[in-house]
Amino acid sequence: MVVPRFWRERRSRYSLIGTRCPVCGTVYFPPRSVCPKCGRKSVGKMEEVQLSGKGKVYSYTIVHQNVIGYKYQKPYVMAIIETPEGPKLTGQIVDVEPEKVHIGMPVHAVFRRIAEDGKAGIIQYGYKFIPDEE
Amino acid sequence: MRDVAVIGAGETKYGEHWEKSLRDLAVEAGLKALEDAGIGAEDIQAIFGGNMSAGSFVGQDHVGALISDFAGLAEHKVPAIRVESACASGAAALHSGYMAVASGLYDIVLVGGVEKMTDLPGDMVTDILAGAADREWEVFFGATFPALGAMMARRYMYEYGLTREQMALLPVIAHKHGAMNPDAHFQREVTVDQVLNAPMVADPLTIMNCSPVSDGGAAVVLASADIARKYTDSPIKISASVAANDYISLHARESLTKSPSTIEAGKKAYKMAKKEPKDIDLVEIHDAFSIIALIGIEDLGFAKKGEGIKLAEEGQLYYDGDLPYNVSGGLKAKGHPVGATGVGQVVEIVKQLRNEAGKRQVPNARVGLAHNVGGTMTSSIVHILEVM
Repeated sequence: MVVPRFWRERRSRYSLIGTRCPVCGTVYFPPRSVCPKCGRKSVGKMEEVQLSGKGKVYSYTIVHQNVIGYKYQKPYVMAIIETPEGPKLTGQIVDVEPEKVHIGMPVHAVFRRIAEDGKAGIIQYGYKFIPDEE
Repeated sequence: MRDVAVIGAGETKYGEHWEKSLRDLAVEAGLKALEDAGIGAEDIQAIFGGNMSAGSFVGQDHVGALISDFAGLAEHKVPAIRVESACASGAAALHSGYMAVASGLYDIVLVGGVEKMTDLPGDMVTDILAGAADREWEVFFGATFPALGAMMARRYMYEYGLTREQMALLPVIAHKHGAMNPDAHFQREVTVDQVLNAPMVADPLTIMNCSPVSDGGAAVVLASADIARKYTDSPIKISASVAANDYISLHARESLTKSPSTIEAGKKAYKMAKKEPKDIDLVEIHDAFSIIALIGIEDLGFAKKGEGIKLAEEGQLYYDGDLPYNVSGGLKAKGHPVGATGVGQVVEIVKQLRNEAGKRQVPNARVGLAHNVGGTMTSSIVHILEVM
């Protein structure tokens, strides 16, 4: 893969930049050009917003069969995280024993290496989640 | 809009076809459907072909042109268009063919579906199938397609108390039926213990909660209903053909335990066909994962939310029960050559409604419903068929 494919997503992947609809106030992540609820009224008006990175586990799984590029990590925990701002995010939960993960568990986003494109390819970064300290 | 009927149906066996290529499978299914209709390829006016990802699976795009050429149509200049909607590509092709005949533009069309999946190693297939989800915001972070299904299942278990043992009943039923279908990828029965103790793919889904990687093709010939009896004594009317879409990402949806696109497509299909769930004699429900089938059963109105599994526990889903479910074997046992699946479901319903399904024949079947989804129940397509 060439660099721009990953580079162009860097603001949302590194800094959790989403958008808010000024008409209804709904926050979206990743960014959208149109609010699905407000349609045309929102076009050209969507505002950037940064998520706090806080959240709770909404659902999760332990992955035993991976997609290409993730082989060295398995088994790993994938989760859907519910954020206080509204949107849910898909990401891994790391630095945790998989059996300790549960729905409702408080977590927060951290900046991590996600995958690499072979030995000589690009190292791709983004967010993962770790449990809040108890 | 005029009425549309199926006048011919055919499919390949589903499974690992090491000796057959993409074009071999498509042409075999297409010729079987044409022979069933008693016509030749030269008699059709257009082809709509469902295929998810031949470009990735075998490096071949322009699938419509390839298939029509090798079906013998290059001299006839017949239009041949590929239709893609991930695992719902087959039903999307059927929806396109239905519209083409209903509109009056064509009188006879061939609708096919094909996928050649076993030419690649498993991790590459997993990666290609993950393209049905959001590549940049789900798959990039490590979500496989079964991982997304597993998160639906986990949330469903949390909200409604479903157990893995209960969920295992759905593949057990599918395999019971698959054992009676000579076209099925897996023609053997399995037990609840075998489902539970199979290798874990994405917890709580074992490999026996997931449909297999299959090669296969399926095809139907559609005609305007007013000319259908010229070709067959038992035309099957397409009473409804409805498609609906939702957010592509699972995380973007309000709930993981229902599918608004299936609810929408189901409601509209019942209205279009002037039918209710109680009028349906058999269902082919998309069971790429057991949890998707369970949500499908509920969202199509056959059970209240959280109670769909009771139908399995009460034995109602067997071919001789009150709601014969996936009598073909479903995606789980018949197999899931993704582009072919939606067409193959309809091939099964046509066989059943013509009373030609052999050992797994549903008694007195007159109305059937096919439910094919793409992605994590993102794209839902429902067809209702009935005896004319």
